[in-house]
This record gives sequence, structure tokens and C-alpha cells, in this order.
Amino acid sequence: MPPATGGGLAETELRPRRGRCGPQATRAADRDVAARAAARNPKRPARGSRRFETASRWALLALVTLLSFATRFHRLDEPPHICWDETHFGKMGSYYINRTFFFDVHPPLGKMLIGLAGYLSGYDGTFLFQKPGDKYEHHSYMGMRGFCAFLGSWLVPFAYLTVLDLSKSLSAALLTAALLTFDTGCLTLSQYILLDPILMFFIMAAMLSMVKYNSCVDRPFSAPWWFWLSLTGVSLAGALGVKFVGLFIILQVGLNTIADLWYLFGDLSLSLVTVGKHLTARVLCLIVLPLALYTATFAVHFMVLSKSGPGDGFFSSAFQARLSGNNLHNASIPEHLAYGSVITVKNLQMAIGYLHSHRHLYPEGIGARQQQVTTYLHKDYNNLWIIKKHNTNSDPLDPSFPVEFVRHGDIIRLEHKETSRNLHSHYHEAPLTRKHYQVTGYGINGTGDSNDFWRIEVVNRKFGNRIKVLRSRIRLIHLVTGCVLGSSGKVLPKWGWEQLEVTCTPYLKETLNSIWNVEDHINPKLPNISLNVLQPSFPEILLESHMVMIWGNNGLKPKDNEFTSKPWHWPINYQGLRFSGVNDTDFRVYLLGNPVVWWLNLLSIALYLLSGSIIAIAMQRGTRVPAEVAGLSQVLLRGGGQVLLGWMLHYFPFFLMGRVLYFHHYFPAMLFSSMLTGILWDTLLRLCAWGLASWPLARGIHVAGILSLLLGTAYRLFALEPDLLPLFQYNYRQFSSPEDCLSSPEFLDHIRKVMLVIDAAVTNVEDLSSLEEYLVSLGRKHRTVGVKLSSFSVGKGALPLSRAPDLGPLLSPRSPLATHYLSSIPISLDNQSCICPAVWPRHALDLSELPSFLV
Amino acid sequence: MWGFLKRPVVVTADINLHLVALTGMGLLSRLWQLTYPRAVVFDEVYYGQYISFYMKRIFFLDDSGPPFGHMVLALGGYLGGFDGNFLWNRIGAEYSSNVPVWSLRLLPALAGALSVPMAYQIVLELHFSHCAAVGAALLMLIENALITQSRLMLLESVLIFFNLLAVLSYLKFFNCQKQSPFSLSWWFWLTLTGVACSCAVGIKYMGVFTYMLMLVVAAVHAWHLIGDQTLSNVRVFCHLLARAVALLVIPAVLYLLFFYVHLILLFRSGPHDQIMSSAFQASLEGGLARITQGQPLEVAFGSQVTLRSVFGKPVPCWLHSHQNTYPMIYENGRGSSHQQQVTCYPFKDVNNWWIVKDPRRHQLVVSSPLRPVRHGDMVQLVHGMTARSLNTHDVAAPMSPHSQEVSCYIDYNISMPAQNLWRLEIVNRRSDTEVWKTILSEVRFVHVNTSSVLKLSGAHLPDWGFRQLEIVGEKLSRGYHESTVWNVEEHRYGTSQEQREREWELNSPVQVDASRNLSFMARFSELQWRMLVLRSDDSEHKYSSSPLEWVTLDTNIAYWLHPRTSAQIHLLGNIVIWVSGSLALAIYMLLFLWYLLRRRRNVHDLPQDAWLRWVLVGALCAGGWAVNYLPFFLMEKTLFLYHYLPALTFQILLLPVVLQHISDHLCRSQLQRSVFSALVVAWYSSACHVSNTLRPLTYGDKSLSPEELKALRWKDSWDILIRKH
Repeated sequence: MPPATGGGLAETELRPRRGRCGPQATRAADRDVAARAAARNPKRPARGSRRFETASRWALLALVTLLSFATRFHRLDEPPHICWDETHFGKMGSYYINRTFFFDVHPPLGKMLIGLAGYLSGYDGTFLFQKPGDKYEHHSYMGMRGFCAFLGSWLVPFAYLTVLDLSKSLSAALLTAALLTFDTGCLTLSQYILLDPILMFFIMAAMLSMVKYNSCVDRPFSAPWWFWLSLTGVSLAGALGVKFVGLFIILQVGLNTIADLWYLFGDLSLSLVTVGKHLTARVLCLIVLPLALYTATFAVHFMVLSKSGPGDGFFSSAFQARLSGNNLHNASIPEHLAYGSVITVKNLQMAIGYLHSHRHLYPEGIGARQQQVTTYLHKDYNNLWIIKKHNTNSDPLDPSFPVEFVRHGDIIRLEHKETSRNLHSHYHEAPLTRKHYQVTGYGINGTGDSNDFWRIEVVNRKFGNRIKVLRSRIRLIHLVTGCVLGSSGKVLPKWGWEQLEVTCTPYLKETLNSIWNVEDHINPKLPNISLNVLQPSFPEILLESHMVMIWGNNGLKPKDNEFTSKPWHWPINYQGLRFSGVNDTDFRVYLLGNPVVWWLNLLSIALYLLSGSIIAIAMQRGTRVPAEVAGLSQVLLRGGGQVLLGWMLHYFPFFLMGRVLYFHHYFPAMLFSSMLTGILWDTLLRLCAWGLASWPLARGIHVAGILSLLLGTAYRLFALEPDLLPLFQYNYRQFSSPEDCLSSPEFLDHIRKVMLVIDAAVTNVEDLSSLEEYLVSLGRKHRTVGVKLSSFSVGKGALPLSRAPDLGPLLSPRSPLATHYLSSIPISLDNQSCICPAVWPRHALDLSELPSFLV
Repeated sequence: MWGFLKRPVVVTADINLHLVALTGMGLLSRLWQLTYPRAVVFDEVYYGQYISFYMKRIFFLDDSGPPFGHMVLALGGYLGGFDGNFLWNRIGAEYSSNVPVWSLRLLPALAGALSVPMAYQIVLELHFSHCAAVGAALLMLIENALITQSRLMLLESVLIFFNLLAVLSYLKFFNCQKQSPFSLSWWFWLTLTGVACSCAVGIKYMGVFTYMLMLVVAAVHAWHLIGDQTLSNVRVFCHLLARAVALLVIPAVLYLLFFYVHLILLFRSGPHDQIMSSAFQASLEGGLARITQGQPLEVAFGSQVTLRSVFGKPVPCWLHSHQNTYPMIYENGRGSSHQQQVTCYPFKDVNNWWIVKDPRRHQLVVSSPLRPVRHGDMVQLVHGMTARSLNTHDVAAPMSPHSQEVSCYIDYNISMPAQNLWRLEIVNRRSDTEVWKTILSEVRFVHVNTSSVLKLSGAHLPDWGFRQLEIVGEKLSRGYHESTVWNVEEHRYGTSQEQREREWELNSPVQVDASRNLSFMARFSELQWRMLVLRSDDSEHKYSSSPLEWVTLDTNIAYWLHPRTSAQIHLLGNIVIWVSGSLALAIYMLLFLWYLLRRRRNVHDLPQDAWLRWVLVGALCAGGWAVNYLPFFLMEKTLFLYHYLPALTFQILLLPVVLQHISDHLCRSQLQRSVFSALVVAWYSSACHVSNTLRPLTYGDKSLSPEELKALRWKDSWDILIRKH
């Protein structure tokens, strides 16, 4: 499918390649460059051949681009179901189309572009993107995939041009392009609705425009210079707008700029005013411009997502008031808190949620066995509390009483509306944070004990003031123990429904975890006021959404006993990522790098460090070398050094990260290391050829070496697939006929096991309803792995008892009874094809009707 | 007569008197009333128990740092004749008479005292004036936080001592380099740098930061040396080699030596055994060694074994089964196979015994000759007490539904083709035909039918599983993880075929014959690895703080409170020194940037040698501060104010240097210089005054009234304890 959508940006970025900056730089007046160029081409080509050379360069670039596009777009529509993280990013694209607010740990640009691509290609946002493996069916997904593949395809030409500019060598650039074109990992990662192709596109665009702009250094303030400089800034904003990994490329460009400015500053022929101009230009293009664009993406994000959605609870009350459909939007509620009000209490710390309780007790052995109190991110009637006086139990909503406002410093009681239990704390240790006290729901119908009394305080206010809804930051201090109500932010185990722990902390330090505000407020006796004053300003929303994103990123911690990917796994291609094929599909996609490419890259890094340090030491010792070698070592140290820095910046920080890491995080670094490989091998082979200059084959070495590397990478791409197959082998086989299927050993084995299980269940059955439930669940399980009801008619009588002789003695006499009972439950049928071995014959054994329940 | 009077002063006052006086004052401030308070103060409760372990030669594991620091403290106990009999259970407990408090606290106090003259010498070696040097030493002397930390049985003062020693000896070496390379003193100081670095690392991992700094500085100097074309290639190579040996090889060897001594000293089994592998435990006297001594080494068909999970998280446990079956239906409505449960059990139990059976033979006893099990062999594991074999199948496991359930099923002697074949994989094998060894081999069991691996999932089963740990079969393709690895702990050859006899045999204790030992490197690497990966719960502490609060001293730690009076000890710095230290650092950075930019434009404000000195002082002092402070922002563990003290010492070194620089280079006239000196004197006397005011909280020797205490609470965030009467 043609990349019909969303490519506008990319095309405008590429057009300037036809500008004259790049090719001219080789002919620049800069002595250094000129010397290098001279070293490369000792015999200057004649004018005619130069024209031919230019043409061939263009042809090569076109070839590389074409090849890249061809590989990325080949069979793009397969598999026609959700693969891996498409379930997230596709869903977020739909959110943009539906304009519902959501929360994600990454900045919005990438998902916005996906949403835009979907919108332009006619996707209507109705697909649910529930879980990997769900079929797209009639929904249009090719627009989004095509957009990602389109951006992913540009990586190869970008890398080609970058290396060409850094090394001034066609063969190095070709080698890099080949590595990336034939790398299976890059290929796979570019084909799906993911953020990575978008991120890598911006990273490579930033790198390319930085390199281009560096080569314009001899003509400052010219048009191409400005163009590349501002393009760098735009790409940086793009990279950061997609994922925070973009910070690494910003760091690289920043270091490059500092070095550049340092050089200019030391150039005494430039006046301070000129240096100041340079500085201002960079500040404008590399700081102000990206920041403005980045903020703009957020502005668009907030503007587009104007409806309440699944992400509301992560944000503060003020933030939620912006979203239409949220109950705080255009809300009018009583302003001051009074006794008898029904309220929800929200923690001020990001993503902790509302104070919550439910009809479940803390389990045995965890503090006192009283009702659980937790915090919960979603809105729920269990979040409602009634605020009451500590000493009377009379109903304050009785119209005969006057309204009494709650004041700073009052002693109150909070009664859970649904269960009528009081918020309670005592000297028992909290379930997870052992040094804090447990908080429970206690008492019957609001009658408890003195441990239910809390002093309500407003932060930074005087005693006696009224408490304002939403705006007052309150603390609840337990009267008896003197501790402060807070949430530790830790997730409770299953018994607590994985909600967050609430504790009473004896440490009185003011942290956001122990400060709350009142969000909903219902009191029929008070007049409502409008809360439009609450609308936060744009900088406030921006700041808050960043805090929530950072919090969310930190929250992605790996659990113990889980296989997690470690950074050292990545460069050695230790383990890939399963994109698709967990379920019953036969279409399996596995993200794994091409081992030839990756191990060559690894070897190249080691070799580069070795050769680089040898050259550096030799230069430091003042060794004299011929101009040609000096030129080559300059390429190696400067060009290679820049790319190596990129690799390090995109790889090493992951070692410091505590969050869950995945294999695909390595791909930006992998792009850089492929560029390094290109530069290194080309330079080394040239050095080799130069060293053997007397030997007739000297030139051949370079050509032969490059060719063999190219062929090596290409060869393995196609040889690789059979090797990968065992990775995906599960116990499934596709059979040609039902008879084949029924007589296969896998099938017999499976039947035996199911029968044994059923038999065990039947012999030990205590009450029939539990057995029924059990069998139905067994049936459901079969269904999830793809057994179809119609399969049962296929195997009619196909499995006589003699085929499974070992079953006979194991079946107990009670089985027919049970099955008879079970046969009375009605079922519905649908007609689908059979996948073996999980089929079931209708008349197997004497349990003739049993299979019905297994489906 | 005047000349006579003058002469001795001229001869000796040069360095020695300064040094002697500073050392004397340092000793006085740190050693004065060292045994007071005669009670456990703050972290003494933590280090004290390790000293007791050393005295009793009991093995322990502490993840807070390498063992050298603990050994230094234990040395004090050893010199004082401590027998280790004291229960370190709470802060404030009175020491019993057998605890030699003075000698236990002596070594940290000495280290703290010697840091004072060392600061003096460092500034001198940086080629700044005596005045600045004395200033640096005097600041170290009156810094309350340093005094408090040195006078107790804690490690920071020792760490600071070695940090400073490393800097000092490198500077001495660097100064020798110019005059007499390869001389005796050159070698001495070079080696001492390496030794001091490795001691610093050996006390706390934090020492690595200073070590890295020294390596970087040495590398930069070496790089200049490479560029020096007056030296021959051979000579340059010799220089590089000497540095590599002294700064890389010697520290590594010393570090190993610390562990060697540590492991030699602690040869008895103790409370932390369970964390270590079976092989390690077996190398300790008592404990597992008592049980496993004399076990046969090679596991054969017919062996009876207990299998321990190598991963040991959340608790170390053994593969276990019992007669109870999985519930037919779980709470969430899923069904199970209703077969016999297989779990991981953290206690020794007769139900932990399994018999390795040859699938082709019927017997459960060893044959003669023995047929050892090798890598790749098929085995069946038969549960000793119930005689059912271990099995896994395509049924969802109870707690981790993505994995397969593991159960015990079918009595071993029923001849039915069941799914109970396992392929043995020895993970740490050297050859593909290696024999399965007790304790030493780490093995995986790969299920033949479903190619899944026996794994400890880490989840606890609910009540029906007696809260034991869940065992699952995990797909092999998910990759390698330690929780799939097991080793044989207890082992004997089975001899009884009858079930009844076998039960009796399993219940009887194991027989005993010879012992096995693990090599030092194996023990070292295991211990080091466990120390690095061990995660103690990140417990919140009342006095924990964040790095941002340290620079401005917004926090303190209450170390001790007298049981009756309100005498108390706090870790509380001299706020004048802390603030002016941070200020000096800022001034240094600004000046440095200013000079650097101007030099780039070819304006040389400082003469070349002054500039080089200025750079070197920045690299060592500002750099030392940065490397000892900034990494804390990346750490996720609980942090305390005392973590800042090493960084603070570097700031204190920088402070007089900056003052001297201002006086020398920025004060234009004599008048300005005099005014500046007067200001410095006034500032210093205010620091002395503050130090003196805070003295009761430093030494804890004087009980102040509540009003006085309130008056000392200069910052709201300071936590000073006031008794309510």
C-alpha cells in the first residue's frame, strides 16, 4: 500500500538534500578537508567523469532508498491482527481520533502522528485494540502501519547520507546502508504501529542534519547553514516529543554544539560580536525552536483530547475540570466543607488516587482483621465518605440543625458511606510499610471508638478557618497516635485488589503523600457555586503532565522472578521479543537482529577502540605519518568518534535505569553502531590497501573486503529464517484431514490427559454443581485455544475405545451418572474449521455428550 | 642572646611544630572522654553485631560494604580483648563491663584525628601557603559533624582517612615525578596511593568514587607523559607499567586479600547461611557442613536427594511435595488437575526427599556398580514419601496461569506412559559428559514432552497450599533465569526397595565421612555477588534525608539521648563551615570558568604555574566533592546525612585555597588584603564560636535545659529532642 499519509513532514525534510551544501563541502576551501579529499583521490577525475560520478551517486542513493522502501513495505499487511505493542499505540491513536483523554508515559507526538495517519487513511477509531492477536477484520489499519513503515524506511538513506558526509567514502556509506537494510530487527521494528520507527526517524534526521550543518561550517550564516541548523532543532523536538529517549540525541547535539562554540571562541580572528552571533543562532535554533515546538505538541495534545477518558484519575482535580464528561467539568458544588457532607478525598501525590474502602477485611496475620482502606485511581461509589462530628452521632443533614462548617483544627470522624464504618487507625503495623500504622474501617453503623478521631488541618492556614473544597490542602492527623494519614504508593497484593496501601505515618514530615484535597462534595443544605475559577493555566498542565509521566516511567519496575531483558543482552542478540504468535495463529513474528550484522557491529566497536587508541597514542607521541594515512585517521577519529559517542549515549544510560527494559530499546544505539561499522571497515581496508601499495592486488583488497561484507550481511538475511522456526514451535500441527488429526499421537495424548483429569474430578466429586462449573471452565479453556464446536461432528465414531486402551480401567463407575446430568445443559453451536490436536470426537467412549461442555 | 632564642624556633617551627600541634589538637578533640556515653549510639548497634560475629568467628553477610571496614572495627575489639558477648539489639542500651568501649572506638577516632594534619599536608603539597594549610586543618578540627562521626564506632571517619591518604600520597608522588622518578620515595608514594585507594574501597563501596577520581587524574598525567617527546619510548612504557601495577593490580590484589582474611576469620556457620549456596554453606563449620559431610559426591540412579533452588528468592527453599492435592477449582473459577501438590518449602522436612530414578529400570535403589547421572540423561524424580513421580502438563499453574502446573502423579510402579520424564542439564558444566555432583552442580530439569523447565515462580500459594512457594513449568524459550536452577544439597544412595523401609531410611539421619572445600575464588565471587545483589527492604527511616538537604545542612540525625537527662548526641555540622564551603565551591567554579574563557581568548590572568595549581586543586577538591556527592542523586537506597561527610572534607580542603587565591590575585592593594584578612579572621572566629555552641550536642556531655535546646534549633528542620516532664 502506498504511504499515502503523514509523510509531508518527512518529504520537506528531505528535499534540501538537493541543496548544494553537501557536495560542495568536499570542495571546500578548508585546508584540512581539501587535504583529505586530495588524499582520497590522488588522481583528480576529469570533468566528464565527475559528472558521471555525481550521477552515479544519485543513482546509488536512489537504489538504497528504493531497496529500503521495498523491504519495509513488503507484506506490510501481514499479520492482519494486533502485534505486540500495537495494542497500546494503536489504541492511543484511536483515543486521538475519539478525542478521549488518556495517560501514557511517553510524550504525545508519536501517538498523535499515528492518530493523524489513521484519521487521514480512513480509520474511524472504533477498533478496540484489546490484546495482541485480535484480528483487525474490516478496520483500516494499513494507514497507520504504512506511516510507520514510511518513516522507518528513511532510516537507511539517512544513515547512508550521514556516513557519506562523515567519511566522504561511498563504500562506507553503502556498507552501512546494507547493514541496516538487511538487518531483520530494524525491518521488523519498522513494520508495525509502534513509536520506535518514528523515534528513530527523528533521531537519524537530527544526526544527519547535525552532520550536514557541521560540514557547512566554513560558510556560516548562509542559507544552507541556517537550514540545517534549524532542521536539527526541529528533529530534536520531534525525537523528544516521541519518547524521552530523545534526550540522548539532544545530549549529543548539545555536546557537539559546545565543542563547536569552544572552537569558535578560541578563534581569535573572530570578534566577540561574531561569536555572540553564533551563540545566539544556536540558542535560537537548538533551544528556543525545539522547546517551542515541543510545547506546541503538548498544546495540540491538550486541545485535541478534550473529553474525559481512562486517564483522568492520574491527574489532579484541577486538571480534570478541563475535560468534558468529567464530573468536575463545569461543575458547581458547595464551596465550604460542612458536617454531613458526602465527599471524596484525593491524595495530592500524582497517581495515588482516592481514599477508598470496600467490604473486604485485611487477611489473617496482617494487622487487625478489620475492613481494608486503600487508595484507588478510578472513580467509584466506594470512594465516598461522610464527614461527621466526633462526639455526636446525630444526623447532621436533619433540617432542624443549622449548617455547621468544618474548620481547621476540628476533630472529625470519616464514615465510609457504603459500609458505615469509620476511618480508623491503631498501633498495628501497616501491611507493607512496617514502620507505619495500619488504617482500617472500624465500627458498626458509625459507632466506633476513640481511634476513629482525626484532626483535620489545612496546610499553611490559621486555626478556625473554613475548609475549601478542591483548593484546601488538608492533612488528617490521628488523635490518639498522632500519626498522619498518607498513602505509601505501594501496591497491595491480590487480597487488596492491587490497590495502593494507605498508612498512618508517625513521621510528620510534610510530603505530598500525606496531603489530600476534597474533590467531590455533596451537601443538599449548602448552595452550589461554580468552580470555573479552578481552570489551570497551560504551564501548570504542562508541568503536571510531565510529573505524571516521570512518575509513570519510574513506576515501571520489574518484579522478582521475572525474566527481564538486561542491557548486556542486547548487543549480543541474546534474546528477542515475541511480536505475535502467542495465541492460536500460525503467523509468528519475532523481533531479532540479524546475527551477522549485530556481531559484526560488536566486533567493530572493539576494533575501533583498539585502532582508535593506537592512532591517538601515536599522534600524542608525535609520530610522523604520510598525508594519506593522516587523512584516514582523521576520518576514523572524528567521524567514527561522533558515531561512537552516539552509540554510547544511546546505550549506556540504560544500565542506570531501574525501569523495565526491553530489547527494542537498543535499536537507536544499533543504528549508530552500524554506522560505526561502515566507517571503520572502510577506513581499515583503505589503510590496509595503502600499506600494501606495492602489491598489485592492493586496490582489490578494499573492493573485495567491502563486497564480501555486503554479501555476508545480505546472505544471512535469507538463510536465517529456518533457524528461527524452532523458537516458535509449540505443540501445534496443521493436519490435512480430520482423520489424520484424530489418529495423530498428539491428539491421543491430549485425549488421555483430558480424560484423566475429568475422571479425577468425577471420582472425587462432592457436589455436582461444582463439577459442572469445572467442566465448563475446561471447555472454555479449549475454546480459547481454538477448538470449534463443529469439530465434534467431524470425529463421529472416529475414536473407538481400542485407540486409547489405557483409559479403560481409570474410569470410575460414577462417570456416566455425572455425564448424564451434565448432558442436560444446553449449548450453542457455531461453524468453524478444525485445528488439531484440540478437537474432540462426539462419540468417544461412552461419555457421548460430555464434549459439549468442553467447548 | 636574641639569636639563641630565635634559633630553635626557626629550625623546628618550619613544619614539625605545626604538624605536631595539629596532631595533638586532633587527638585531643577526638579522644577526649572517648568512652562516654557508655551505651550503644546509633549505628553502633549495626556494626557492633558484626564485631561480635568476628569475635565468635561466625559467618555473616552484610551488603553495606566490603569486609575491610568491619575488620578494622573488629581489630579494635580484638585489641581490647572483647569476647563478642553483648546483645546489640537497641540504640541506647548500656554496655556491659566486658565490652571494651575505649578500644572499640579508638581506631575510628585515631583515623579522624589524623585527618587533621593530613588536610594540612595536602594543601601544602598543592603548593599553597602554610597559612592556607593551617586554615584547612583548623577547619577540619572544629567541624562538629566530623568530630561526632569519628568518636563513635562508625566507618565514615576511616573512609575519610583513606580518601585523604590517597590524595596526599598521589600528590607526593606527583611532586616526586618532577624531580626524581623511579626513586625510592617515588615508588613508596605511588604504591601507597594504590593501597589507600583499595582500603577506601574496602571500607565502603563509596570509596570507588575517590578511586575513580585518582585514576582519572593519573590517566591525564600519564597522557601528558606520553606526549612528552624528550622521553624515550621505553621509558614512557616503564612509567605506564609502574602506574598500571600500582594503581590497578595492587588494589585488586588487596581487595581480594580483604575477602581472603574475612573468609579465613569467619569459618563457622551463622544466621545468614541460608542466603548462600549449598556449596558455600558446606564450606562452613557447623550448619550444613555437619549434615553434608561425607555425602557421596556423584549422584547416581537410585540416589535420594534434596533439591534446593539456587535463586533463593523470596526465601531459600527446597523442592517439596505432600499428599494434599491441588484444589479442583481455584477461587477465580479456573480448574486444576487435582493432582498432588508440588511446592517449594523453606524448611527442612522429610517430604523434601526425592529419588532419582532411571526410566528404564523399575528399582528405586542404586545398582552395583553405581551408574552416575550425566548431563543430558533422562531421569524420573520420584517423591520419597509418596512414591509418586514429578510431572508437568499443559494445565495452568495455580498462581501463574501463563506457566504449566507441576504435580506429582501416578505411583512410580504403575506402568503407564505418563509425562514424567525430565532431561537433566548441568548449567555450570565444563564438558558435555559431566557427572551430576552433589552441591557443586547447578542443574535444570527440562520436561521432555513439553520442553518446559522446572521453575520457582516466587509466588506464595494460598491456604490450601500451606503458604508454601509455587513451582511451575516455564517454557524453555523464555530464556535463562536463576530461578530455574537447582542443586542437590543432601544426598545418599538409596538401598531399600520396600516403601516402608524407604520411609524409615528417609527419616534417619545421614551418615558421615569426609569433607569438601570450595576454592577461595569461588567463595569470593559468590560472596561478592550476593553482597551486590542482596536487596534489603528500602526501609524508611525517621532521620533519612535527600541529598539536596545536605549542602545547606537542612537535616540532622539524633544519635543518642541520655536515658534520664536531656544530654544528647547529634550528627550536626558546623553550619558556618558548611555554608561557606558550598559558597567557596561556587566561587571556585565561577572563577575557573571566567579564567578558562579568558585564556581561550588569549588573556592570561594567572601566570602559568599558578593556573596549573589552580586546575589541579579544582580537579582534586572540587572533583572529589562532585564524585562523592553527585552519585547519590542516582541511588535509590535510604540515604543519611553522614553520606555527605566524605564530600564535605573535600569542600573544606578547597575553602582556604579559594580564600588564599582571592587574597593573592583578586585583592589589588595592601589595604584590601588587610581588610580581607581581618574578615577571614572574623569569619573563622565565628566558626569557632558556632562549633563551641554546638559542642554539647557533639559530645553529649552536658545536659541542656529545654530553653537552651530550643535556642539551638536554628533551623526548623533540625530535629532536637526535648524531654517533656
